[in-house]
Amino acid sequence: MLKDITIGQYFPGDSPVHRLDPRMKIILTLVFVVIIFVPDNPVGLLVGGLFAAAGYLIARIPIKMVRKSIKPVIPIIVFTGILNMFFVGGDPVFQLWVFKITYEGVMLAVLMTVRIICLIAGTSLLTYTTSPIALTDGIEQLLGPLKRLRLPVHELAMMMTIALRFIPTLIEETDKIMSAQKARGADLESGGLMQRAKALIPILIPLFVSSFRRADELALAMECRCYRGGEGRTRMKQLKYCPRDFAALAIGFACLGLVIGLNLIFPSVY
Amino acid sequence: MVVIETKQLSYVYSEGTPFEKTAIDKIDLSIEKGEFVGVIGHTGSGKSTLIQHLNGLLKPTSGSVFVNGRDIWAEPSKIRKVRFEVGLVFQYPEYQLFEETVWKDIAFGPGNMGLSEGEIAERVGEAARFVGLDPSSMEKSPFELSGGQKRRVAIAGVLAMRPEVLILDEPTAGLDPMGRDQILGEIAGYHRATGSTILLVSHSMEDIARYAAKVMVINDAKLFDYGTVDEVFSRTGELSAMGLSTPQISDIFRRLYQMGYAVDPHVYTVGAAKNDLLRLIGKGAAADA
Amino acid sequence: MDNIIIAKDLVYHYPQSEDRALSGVSLAIEKGDMVAVLGHNGSGKSTLAKHFNAVLLPEGGVCYVDGINTSDEERLFDIRQRTGMVFQNPDNQIVATIVEEDVAFGLENLGVEPAEIRRRVDDALRAVGMYEYRQHAPHQLSGGQKQRVAIAGIIAMRPQVVILDEPTAMLDPRGRREVMKTVADLNREEGVTVILITHYMDEAAQCRRVVVMDRGKVLLDSTPKGVFSHVGLLKEVGLDVPQATEIVYELKKCGVVLPDDVITEEECAAAISAYLDRHAPGGGRRS
Repeated sequence: MLKDITIGQYFPGDSPVHRLDPRMKIILTLVFVVIIFVPDNPVGLLVGGLFAAAGYLIARIPIKMVRKSIKPVIPIIVFTGILNMFFVGGDPVFQLWVFKITYEGVMLAVLMTVRIICLIAGTSLLTYTTSPIALTDGIEQLLGPLKRLRLPVHELAMMMTIALRFIPTLIEETDKIMSAQKARGADLESGGLMQRAKALIPILIPLFVSSFRRADELALAMECRCYRGGEGRTRMKQLKYCPRDFAALAIGFACLGLVIGLNLIFPSVY
Repeated sequence: MVVIETKQLSYVYSEGTPFEKTAIDKIDLSIEKGEFVGVIGHTGSGKSTLIQHLNGLLKPTSGSVFVNGRDIWAEPSKIRKVRFEVGLVFQYPEYQLFEETVWKDIAFGPGNMGLSEGEIAERVGEAARFVGLDPSSMEKSPFELSGGQKRRVAIAGVLAMRPEVLILDEPTAGLDPMGRDQILGEIAGYHRATGSTILLVSHSMEDIARYAAKVMVINDAKLFDYGTVDEVFSRTGELSAMGLSTPQISDIFRRLYQMGYAVDPHVYTVGAAKNDLLRLIGKGAAADA
Repeated sequence: MDNIIIAKDLVYHYPQSEDRALSGVSLAIEKGDMVAVLGHNGSGKSTLAKHFNAVLLPEGGVCYVDGINTSDEERLFDIRQRTGMVFQNPDNQIVATIVEEDVAFGLENLGVEPAEIRRRVDDALRAVGMYEYRQHAPHQLSGGQKQRVAIAGIIAMRPQVVILDEPTAMLDPRGRREVMKTVADLNREEGVTVILITHYMDEAAQCRRVVVMDRGKVLLDSTPKGVFSHVGLLKEVGLDVPQATEIVYELKKCGVVLPDDVITEEECAAAISAYLDRHAPGGGRRS
């Protein structure tokens, strides 16, 4: 059943990583991205990889989840690897007609591949350990200062919350409409591309109509509960940084420092 | 003649995951052609899962479904044909409407059957008459109609396929009493006129008692009972333990019977109750006149 | 008694329609009362309710909530805080992805202090019996439970009046019972004024006062017994009566003399038994 699909990738838990303030987790993720892109040598990148692995270990998220999150981007990883392998000049290791594989190319390809894998693993950790609503709250608060630039930060966060709220509802509804049209003999499985696209009309139109109706009713219900935008609004759950958060940030910066230092010691592969 | 039969029909949701749940468990069922069957059971009992097996929307985990003696999954590629033989009207069917006009929407099912233009037109007209749709509304957009009218259009969309068996999942949910009586009356009229088999899922025991001849009770993924209204509704104690009630009028009559009055304890409709009491008072003949 | 809502000669029509949805409705709702509003679809009952929290403003006449004129735009949020509204579709009124966050939504909008929000949210969830579910996602709940969360979200705002617009229309019998019990408890224990729009007669029978609407006007306004004694009139306007009332009505049409105000099973059995004792051959007893 479509309903059973988990929304987002959140793994509820009570590890130190889970308990970090969502804002700090977002900041740490950004620091991690820098850690991954700064090193120009394998040793530095290894430090970045260990940093991510430590996060997984502490959060008690099975490492096999990394494989799952990487799966959809494998074509991109392969493409990047090949591109680097063939188009970097240097000592040829292998040559066939105009194609030339160089030692430097191989090194760079491996580095880039590992880098992308680390990047995905590290950022996935954020969504694995932070509930969508905490994530939304974190983003809203971090972007808070942008409100002065008249950026609709609260409105965007509210839209995200509502979207998260209605995803399961709409999935269930899609399921129902599909069944209802199949019961009227709709053929959703066979035919060419055009035919299949056309077969979606009896599903998409009712889905749109119903989404608009829901939006209307929800807007009315929100108005009746005195919603008037972000102004003067308070929150039940206040985000508060703890010592734990600052400790995590310190470790993050220490790692960054280490990686920069390693760049100076080891030769660059570029 | 048996029109629908299930043998040891079971269905397990999300098998092999932590969400695994047996929705229906070894159901043996046999429904005679032309029967008007009420289907009762509370939410989560498995009745929705069961009815979606009867037209092949769900494929059994184990066991089989027979329509007119033929195993519907014998040839999986022909499963769409089964949906024309066994019509299923979902709950809140008005949410499936999508065409520009009422006429086109009702014609969607017959169109999928690959019928000729003339045949489709005839069936659409017939279906619209069964649910009392005004011919003038056939060219309107279905989205302009009132709630009750939309529901009629959706029901007509299934009737137009002329299914031998018509299953309706709470066709009156959310309607006001007048809308409810009208739609049930139209379904009863369709049953009388065509002799098709009807399965009516409803939470209202009053409605079941009024229209159905037989009742099917699904409880906890199992078929608890399938029999005449009288057989099933006389098991009051067991039904109420499942959170199902019997019509208010039968509760009143049981009460009177227990007080020692010579009333018929097997009364399930107000009409029958009236006749029985008038008989007791000695006015029976006058009332019928 | 104090009137919490006073409507005088309300007139309203929707822009897309020529007919008046309300044509001169006057009504006063007492503080602490539990009032059912009955009527078929299109009778004007929802339109009337939408005037009570200033979602709609009257074209003619005037409506007061706790002494505030609903047309006073300055006080819109005072009015909405005083009259909470629960709608038919439980899915389309829950905003947040976690039960307790949703209950807090209204209070956050009002700018209440975080600690106070926490306290009121917990109180409201306990009042509707959903406290154990506070961390659940709405889509994991049954219809009746969702509707109770919606009610909690309203009562957390401490309104004087709760208006429920067909809150049980989309629920199964179990969900209906849950919601009706919650509403009745709220009225009895917290003293909240309840206005229940419904077309289920058994729900109306649980209220203290029943108002029947038809074609934008108040047709009947009395106790449940008073209203259900007009069986013929109710049927004419597309409504129903409990079977206990209907059988008595049918028998009376045949000349059997029975009381007018029968609405429960007990009353019905007692009335028929009394009649049989006096008039049936052999007292209508089994030999």
